[in-house]
Formats: sequence, structure tokens, C-alpha cells
Amino acid sequence: MAVRTEPFVLNMGPVHPSTHGVFRMRVTLDGEVVVDIEPVFGYLHRGIEKLAEQRTYAGIIPLTDRLDYISSMNNNFAYCLAVEKLAGIKVPERAEYIRVIISELQRIAALLIAVGAFLNDCGAFFTPFLYMFRERERIVDLFEMVSGQRLTYNYLRAGGVSQDLPEEFLPALRKFMDMMPRFMDEYDRLLQQNEILIARAKGVGILPAEQAINCSISGPVLRASGVKWDIRKDDPYSIYDRFDFDVPTQPAGDCYDRYRQRVEEMRQSLRIIEQAMKQIPSGPVRAEVPHLIHPPVGEAYGRIECPKGELGFYLVSDNSIAPYRCHIRPPSLINLTALRDMVRGWKVADLIIIFGSIDITVGEIDR
Amino acid sequence: MKFERYGIGIAKGLTVTIRHLLRHPTVNQYPEQRLNISRRFRGNELIWNREKCTGCGTCAKTCPQGAIEIVTATDMAENKYIVDKYEIDTGYCIQCGLCVEACPYEALYFSHNFECARYRRGELVQGKEEMLETPQRKVSGYFYPDKAQKLPGQTLLVEKITEKR
Ligand code: SF4
Ligand code: SF4
Repeated sequence: MAVRTEPFVLNMGPVHPSTHGVFRMRVTLDGEVVVDIEPVFGYLHRGIEKLAEQRTYAGIIPLTDRLDYISSMNNNFAYCLAVEKLAGIKVPERAEYIRVIISELQRIAALLIAVGAFLNDCGAFFTPFLYMFRERERIVDLFEMVSGQRLTYNYLRAGGVSQDLPEEFLPALRKFMDMMPRFMDEYDRLLQQNEILIARAKGVGILPAEQAINCSISGPVLRASGVKWDIRKDDPYSIYDRFDFDVPTQPAGDCYDRYRQRVEEMRQSLRIIEQAMKQIPSGPVRAEVPHLIHPPVGEAYGRIECPKGELGFYLVSDNSIAPYRCHIRPPSLINLTALRDMVRGWKVADLIIIFGSIDITVGEIDR
Repeated sequence: MKFERYGIGIAKGLTVTIRHLLRHPTVNQYPEQRLNISRRFRGNELIWNREKCTGCGTCAKTCPQGAIEIVTATDMAENKYIVDKYEIDTGYCIQCGLCVEACPYEALYFSHNFECARYRRGELVQGKEEMLETPQRKVSGYFYPDKAQKLPGQTLLVEKITEKR
């Protein structure tokens, strides 16, 4: 007698430990094989784009903290770039260096969480995650020192940063920079050749380069598919053209490559911080900008390479104190568009790790 | 998936885990062991200086949450404002610090304190009297570097040696 299966619809989420927030997937299964998925989001919708239309340009910065809440500094950075473009504000030299140091530190912190959470999904239950959290804690300590908060930093301003670095900051950062490569080697020893991780992740959820480009994927997910595209190199913003760093890529575009890609990017970020620490000049950190900015009528798009991909802010000004329209291009949402093609034909357990390897933050998807 | 010699990677990884057993713990036992918070800490509560405040209302205009309420009367004889009511609803406040940065007369600060749970919602609204500086509610150095100098230095995890015992 032939075994016959019927398609079965399973709801994953919104409250599920592996969905990294309140995210729901409607999965159609045939036995244990995924036939189709349909992402459902909106559980964390706060209307940030609409709220931004009623706030002053400075008052939007705390809102951007709450988009991708594990890389707030990068969100601040992208928004401030857009406002500076819109209003034609020039940023002092020291502030540019502070921004680069801070945003690269934030990239390391966010990638540590991304890698840790991915390994958690693979079944390395919390051991690597907590090791990586310990290093993130060191970075968050430094952020608390400069901005006074541990999660929603609200540190960057249009025209610079809110306050200068305290004098204890650079010595403490030096100590961090000395110990971080050692910890990175430790993670590699722990995981790089781990047979279980390789068996789970190698060859799983392959995203071909052509399809990644067609879906306008960006960030580590794109580079893991072998496409060399990094906004820091290809459309340099701020002062990134002054630093010497590589854009690593991986050949295969599977889950294991995405994990390796993130580790390589952390090493490159360390290189950038090292150079920025040597070159940082003294001077003012904030341009003379009024509390209420009235940019001329026009529009601007500021984009940066954030830990997840291209983060862009599109602002339209009507010469009032609040933007006429603020649109956010979140990398998490756009990277998610490839999920359906990546998971078709894999088992439910693979769906979890493929989803984990994309690294999304729901705060950014729903806005 | 085929490996030449199975188990090498796992054994290597386990040496890392075992070495962690010999290290100092990173966590603290909170109520007994306390860490110093940042000198620029942006806590839950704001401190208001009655003498310095002129009632200009810049802080209320800057607040993105609309958490500050200020009512003033005009003192004709002295040609200045009298602050009748100054209230912050800390339940709405997101501790962004924009009001502290905006105050032109240096009359508003953050407090250097992080334990500020309340039993009732009504207690979250703080009026003029509750917002003054007291020995328990010290001023934080957020946006005022000279005030930060007087506070104890922050405990940093980078300075804590966890690797060798
Ligand atoms: S800290 Fe921010 S939210 Fe709180 S009262 Fe000041 S401006 Fe308003
Ligand atoms: S901005 Fe400063 S001086 Fe003006 S009302 Fe607020 S606290 Fe008082």
C-alpha cells in the first residue's frame, strides 16, 4: 500500500523561541518537508514612519534607536547622514572618527548576537551564545560610558555626536582591542570545525548569487553568496574611504558560509577600529546646528552598511521642523524576501537554522 | 557529510569549554555586589534646579514624548516667569536626554540612580518637590562633564581579568 501524505499547515510563531522576536510563519508541510511558507508580520508595528512626521528632526533619533534595537548606533548614523544631506550640515573631523569607531564597535556587538543566536538555533544550546554575550557586554559597557545607556543609545546627532568621548574611553577601548582577537580565535576553535555544526549547516539553504541580487539582498547574506558589495567600499559615506580593509566573501552561500562571513566581518571591523584609533584628531565634536532644524525643501536618502545590510533613510522636507515623509529601508525585511526560496524542500529543523542564518530583527521589519 | 577523522572538531571545542571552568566568573550577585554605573548615566529620573530654572519652556518643547508639563505665571514687578507647575511623567519619559541638552540655563540634569521602581502609577508623575536634588539623588554627568568628574568611575568588564586564575 502506498503511503499518502496530505499538505499540512503549521503556524510557527508569533511567540516561538527560534523566531527572534514576534514573527509568524505559516508553513505548509508535506510530511516533514517544507512545501511553502508565508511570513506574517505586524505584531510589533509601532508606526515609527508615521510618528516621525510629527516630531522634530532631533526627536526622531530616539525613535530610530528602536528600529533594530541591537544595533542602535548604526540606525542613528544612517538617519543623521540623511538629515545632514538634507540640510547641508558639515560634520567636524573628530566627530566623524568617533562615529566610525562607535559604529564598527556596534557592528561587532550585533554580529556577535547574530552568530550566537544562529548557533543556538543549530542546537549549540547557549554555550557559544553566552560566550559571545560576554564580549558584547564589554562593548555595551563602553557604550554606556559614552552615551549613558546600554541599549537605546541616542548618541549621534545631526552634525556630530552629542558629547565628546570621556577620557577613560580610549584606554578602555585599547584593552578591548587587545583581548578581542584572542576571543575570536577561541570561538573559531570552539566552532569552526565542529562536526555537528558542519553537518547541520553546510550545503543547507543555498542562496545563489543571481537570486540574491534579484531579491536585492544586502549585507553578510549577500556577501556569503559570493557577491562583493559593501557600501563602505562601493559608495563610501562618512570617512570610510580613508581606511584600509577588505570585503570578505564566501563561495557557496549556504548557512555555514553565512556564519563564517559574519566572523570574518568582525575581524575587518577590528582592523578599521585599530586604524581609526591611531588617526583620531582632537577638536570639536558637534557642528553649530540649531535645536530646530529647518531643512530646505527637497529630499535626501542616507544609507549605510549596517550589520544586517543596507539601511537607508529617505526623508522629504517641506521646510518645516518635521519631515514631510520619512521612509526606512530596513535590511531585515528585504533579506527576508529570499527566505521562501531558500527553505523549499528542506525539513522543519532546517527551516529554523536557515531562518536564523538570515539574522533578522523584528523591530526593523514591522517598524 | 564525510569527515576524515570524526570527533576532532568536537574535542577541540571541548577544550575551550573546559578551560572556562578554570576562569573567574563574569556575573555578579546583584543586590550584594554592586557595580558602579556610568558617570554619564541617563537614569529614569530627572533633577530640576529650582533656582536656575527661568521657566522658558524649552525643555517641554524639545521633549519628543511630551512628558514635561510646565505652567508659568508672569511676575510683572521682577520681569520674569514664576514656575507654577513643573511636572514630568516618568512613565512616558524614554530617557532620551534631549531636554537636558536643550535647557539653556543648565537647570535640568539626570539623576545618577537606577533603582526607581514605584508601586503606583500615580507616583510616576513627579512634581516640583520630588524633582529636587537630595543626598540620595545625585546629579549625573550626562552632558555636564564637570559634574562627571566628581562621580565614582564606572566598573568595566574589560578591566576585569577573567582569563587567568
Ligand atoms: S528625557 Fe527625553 S522623554 Fe524624558 S523628559 Fe527629557 S526629553 Fe522628554
Ligand atoms: S529649559 Fe531649563 S530653564 Fe527652561 S523651563 Fe526647562 S528646566 Fe527651566
